[in-house]
Amino acid sequence: MTPQSGGIDVFIGTVRDVTKGKRVLRLEFEAYEPMALKEMEKIAAQTFEKWPVQKLLIHHRIGVLEVGEVPVVIAVSCAHRDAAFQACRHVIDTLKQTVPIWKKEVFEDGETWVAAHP
Amino acid sequence: MKIKVLAFGIAKDIFGSPTAELDIIGDTTADLKDALETTYPRLRQLASYMVAVNNEYAQDNSQLTERDEIAIIPPVSGG
Repeated sequence: MTPQSGGIDVFIGTVRDVTKGKRVLRLEFEAYEPMALKEMEKIAAQTFEKWPVQKLLIHHRIGVLEVGEVPVVIAVSCAHRDAAFQACRHVIDTLKQTVPIWKKEVFEDGETWVAAHP
Repeated sequence: MKIKVLAFGIAKDIFGSPTAELDIIGDTTADLKDALETTYPRLRQLASYMVAVNNEYAQDNSQLTERDEIAIIPPVSGG
């Protein structure tokens, strides 16, 4: 936060206990770390260019996460809330498309890599 | 050309290992994909997959060398 900041938009992703009606036991995240960091930095640079962002945080965990735990946090501070909301949304939406991180959903009867198959 | 490939997510399951080594004919990403799909047909069942060269997403006509760090990037699902 800075003295000029009028709004901070924070997105906190949390592990849900159900997907398409099936009970999720936990999630397992994996990353191609050097490239994931590089892609996150690209998203940050794009975001600073497109909106009057003052501070930006992108945080993502890997490894095993239980239901209710937090895999991802995005925080954006701007002078005004409109830019903060839009920038924050852009960051999480883009992260989900370009950052090489994968999550495996573990159910009672098996596990699947999310988005792997059509 | 001898290519070593890093694999993540479902690609790692398909390879049965976090890495795979292939001898490919030609030197483009498309040539690599052909060799991969011949050796690992299950790759074709994925919604899609990308190839990264030195931590950058590569196009099908990207040129590969034996010194590049090459990775198979199945559909990402972060967040």
